[in-house]
Order: sequence, then structure tokens, then C-alpha cells
Amino acid sequence: MRIGQRLSLVSQRTLLCKRLTLLCIGLLMSIVVAIPKGQAQQAADATEKEIERYRAMLSDPFANPAFLNVDRGEKLWTTPRGTKNVSLQGCDLGEGPGKVDGAYAKLPRYFTDADRVMDLEQRLLWCMETVQAVDMKDVIKRRFSGPGVISDMEDLVAYVANKSSGMKFAASLAHPKEQEMHAVGEAMFYRRSAVMDFSCATCHSDDGKRIRLQGLPNLSKSGKNAQETMGSWPTYRVSQSQMRTMQHRLWDCYRQMRMPAPDYASDGITALTIFLTKQAEGGDILVPSIKR
Amino acid sequence: MTISHRTFAAAALISAALVSVASGQQTAKVAPETIAAYVKNTWKAPAEGWQARVDQDQTQRICSETRNSPGKGDFEKILAREVASVAYPADGKVLGDWKAGEAVAQIGTGGQFSDKADGPRGGNCYACHQMAAKELSFGTLGPSLLEYGKIRKYAAADAKAAYAKIYNAQSVLPCSNMPRFGHNKFLTEQQIKDVTAYLFDPESPVNKP
Ligand code: HEC
Ligand code: HEC
Repeated sequence: MRIGQRLSLVSQRTLLCKRLTLLCIGLLMSIVVAIPKGQAQQAADATEKEIERYRAMLSDPFANPAFLNVDRGEKLWTTPRGTKNVSLQGCDLGEGPGKVDGAYAKLPRYFTDADRVMDLEQRLLWCMETVQAVDMKDVIKRRFSGPGVISDMEDLVAYVANKSSGMKFAASLAHPKEQEMHAVGEAMFYRRSAVMDFSCATCHSDDGKRIRLQGLPNLSKSGKNAQETMGSWPTYRVSQSQMRTMQHRLWDCYRQMRMPAPDYASDGITALTIFLTKQAEGGDILVPSIKR
Repeated sequence: MTISHRTFAAAALISAALVSVASGQQTAKVAPETIAAYVKNTWKAPAEGWQARVDQDQTQRICSETRNSPGKGDFEKILAREVASVAYPADGKVLGDWKAGEAVAQIGTGGQFSDKADGPRGGNCYACHQMAAKELSFGTLGPSLLEYGKIRKYAAADAKAAYAKIYNAQSVLPCSNMPRFGHNKFLTEQQIKDVTAYLFDPESPVNKP
């Protein structure tokens, strides 16, 4: 009953949100048209301010449809599933079986049982496979949601990450495998390849740069940019009308880089995530957020 | 005495470690084979013809390892290699049609795993450069190219240099962040001529303030 009420509220808000988006795009366009030529810098500044205002509006938690994913994720976490017919309450996210509070703030991390470093998505897959024995092919096929496709992974990530909302990133680099992955992640951040010769650093290693009008966070140094970026994922992406995880974000950046799609939940993505999370150390986690 | 001596040695070690991080140079914290193993694991089975995008050529490898600041020796080697790769049009004409060039500058698709093989493909110059004054949606990763040809008095030698820059940005500046459009066969010779004309034709909006 309570959940049902929340659902209808959320869907109303989705509509409102879409209307607001249209309004914002309209506003942006009118600014661009109204500025006389030869004042491109001023126009860019004004646009940047407008985008800032637009972002502030989007982080209003009561207008955020991703809380629907949080609710679905909670239900998935507690429902017995798979051939073993158990819930994920036997899953150890690092803080002990079934403990969800604060677990996301310490991921990725080394797990003794798997003898591997895992990010949240890799760990959830591990638990679904070993604890529940669910149909993994189906789960991975639905890793990213789309029209008519709900993603268990996105819902579970929304739920688990939300249970660290308000906390600070505190990823450990105590284990040698965590250290190795951090170093690999850093190297991959600077690794140039493919037909555009891009690396992550091409777009994310200077302050205040833009692609077209899109501001780019500088992720090559620790501090505010990295903290605000990493602390806002997972996020509801208004432009895609879906909740997205870091796996999807990096998949999308590799798409722009003209690379082949990276394998879902592969170690290279986790290595990059450790590197980025470390850059964001001390930053506040406020998730799921909502953005463009 | 021994204690203070040890402390000094430890402090020196720590500060050396800090310097190597802060300088942004190659830190060699992890073996190249280890990185290669992670890369292999992340792209286990790329589609037909896509493995070459995962693998690096010599220039990409050195620019990655030195974070785009190659030492003098590497700098010279890259420069020589990339200069040799520039192929000029057989008839010597580097200027095509500026109107077609405008499309090359605007289009940001092509070559992504989400794109159709025969879909539109452009250089996406506006992602990084200001070009025509009337186009306000431009990025700032590269310098402004406003009135590029006009400033250079439409000199033929400068147009030829711009063609080479677009064909292979690293033939001018090793480890430049700008893609090597011709060298990587991302744009055709005609597209490069057209976008060069977009910079150098007096009728192009790039040269009309
Ligand atoms: C060709 C340019 C380009 C490259 C190369 C690139 N990105 Fe991005 N990245 C973008 C753009 C554009 C955005 C979207 C910014 C936005 O929507 O606010 C983005 C967004 C991001 C975000 C989320 C930012 C936020 O505030 O939510 C992260 C994290 C990120 N990129 C990491 C990476 C990593 C890691 C790599 C390399 C694997 C990479 N990017 C390569 C262009 C690029
Ligand atoms: C990913 C970013 C990026 C893209 C895309 C890009 N450039 Fe560049 N470009 C740069 C950077 C950075 C520089 C400055 C460093 C250098 O000279 O290599 C530059 C420099 C140049 C220069 C030399 C400017 C001078 O100082 O005289 C020209 C000409 C140029 N670009 C044209 C183009 C054209 C035409 C396209 C599209 C076909 C394009 N660029 C696409 C980043 C980019």
C-alpha cells in the first residue's frame, strides 16, 4: 500500500520532470538566440549559469523517478529467488551477510571468498550466482534498462547505493590486489586508443573544459570535481528516462571513444572505478541523483 | 644518531614518492603486461575488425605512458613517423567545398559501436573548437579557429599546413589531444579537403565575423 502510493506519486513527478526539462531546453535555446554575435564567451557563461540552475532543480529528491528503482531493488533484495530459493539477505557486500547500510561507501573492495576485488555490480552478480543460483544469462541480458526492459541490476544498485547516501567515500587500498587495480585504473585513464586517439584524460584532465556546451569534470585530480561526480552515481538520466549506473556511464564514454563496448562487470571497468572513487575520497554520496 | 639517520632516509623516500606522483610523468607503478591483461579481460571478444581499436600503435603507447609529455627522443621519433604518414591530394589541391566542410565540422557521429556502418560520419570539430561566429555551441578542448583563414590572409602555404594538421595532428605536435583524422582513416581525403576549405574559403562563415 505504502509502496503503491509512492509509485503513483513518482510517476506523476516523472511527468512534471519531463515538462520542466522541455521548459529548460526552451530557456537555453532562447538565451542562445537572444545574444548578439561576437559575444560568444558571454553567451557561453550565461549558458553555463543556466545549466547550473537546471542542475540544481534536477537534484530535488522529490522529483526523482530513481526512487522507484530503490523501491524495486529493496523488494528484489528481500525476495527468495533462483534455484536455491533464497533472498539476497545471505549476500555479503563486505560488511557481513545481509548488511547493506554503508556497504556501497567502501566498494570496490577485496573479497576473500572470491579472492578478487569487486565493484558493487560484480559483487551482486557473484551473490546472485553463488547464493541464489538465478539465471545469470537473463540478468546480464537486462543489465541496462530500455523501453519495456526493467533491469534487476540497476534496481539493486539503486537500493544498495541509496543505503550509503549521506555517507562519505572510504574505499580501502590496504590489500595488494586493491593497490594493483588502482594502479591499473590510473593507467587505463591515460590509455589512448582507437580511431580518435582518445583516452579518458583527453576529455577529463583540465578544469572548466566543455564538449560543445557540455561541461566536463576534471577527474585527473582529487577534489571537488571528482567528489561531485562520483558522489552522484547511480543517477536518473532525464535524457534517457532511465536510472543508470557507473557501468553504463563508462560504457557510454568508451562508445564516444570509438572503442568496442567493454564487457559488462569486467575487471578493467572496476579498475577505473577504483581509481575514480579514490579521486573522490572524502566526498559525500548523495544517491540516486538526477541529471541531464 | 642511527635513528635520525634512518628517519632522514625514510623522509627522502617518501618525498621522492610524492614527487613522482605530483610530476604527472610515467610512474611505472604497474607492469605493462599487467595493464595489457586487464585490457584483454575487458574486451574479450570484440566484433570482427574491432580488435585493432583496442590495440595501440607505437605513438598511442608512448603518449599514454608519458601522459602526453614525451621526452626529447620520443618526441623526435613520433614527429618523424607522423610527418611521413601525411598523404597530400595527388593534384596538390588542398581546398574542397566549404559547405560540405561545414557538415564535417558539425557531425559528431560515425564509428561508434552504436552507429550504423553507412551512417553520417564527421570530424566533430565543434566538439573542441570555436569556428564560425554564428555557431555558439562549441567546445573548448582546442583553441578557437575563428577567422582562421582570414587571419592568415588565405595564404596557400598555411592552407596546406592546415590540411596536414587535420590529416595528422601529431605531425605538427606529438601527443596532441586532437585526433589524427586522415592517418587513422576516420575521414576521407575529400572530407579533409572540404573542412580545410571551411577554414580557408573567404566565403566560409568561419571568416565572416
Ligand atoms: C570524447 C570525450 C570523452 C571521453 C574520451 C571520455 N568521456 Fe567521460 N564524459 C564525456 C561527456 C560528454 C560526459 C557527460 C557530461 C555530462 O553529461 O555532464 C562524460 C561524463 C563522464 C562521467 C560522469 C560525469 C558526471 O558528472 O556525472 C564520468 C565518471 C566519466 N565521464 C568518466 C570517463 C572515463 C573513466 C573515461 C575513459 C574510459 C571517459 N570518461 C572518457 C566525454 C568523454
Ligand atoms: C578532441 C578534441 C579535438 C577535435 C575533435 C578536433 N581538434 Fe583541432 N585541435 C585540438 C587541440 C587540443 C589543438 C591544439 C593542440 C595542437 O595544435 O595539436 C587543436 C589544434 C587545431 C588546429 C591548429 C590551430 C593552430 O594553432 O593553428 C587546427 C587547424 C585544428 N585543430 C582543426 C581541427 C579540425 C578542422 C577538426 C575537425 C575535423 C578538429 N580540429 C578537431 C583538439 C581537437
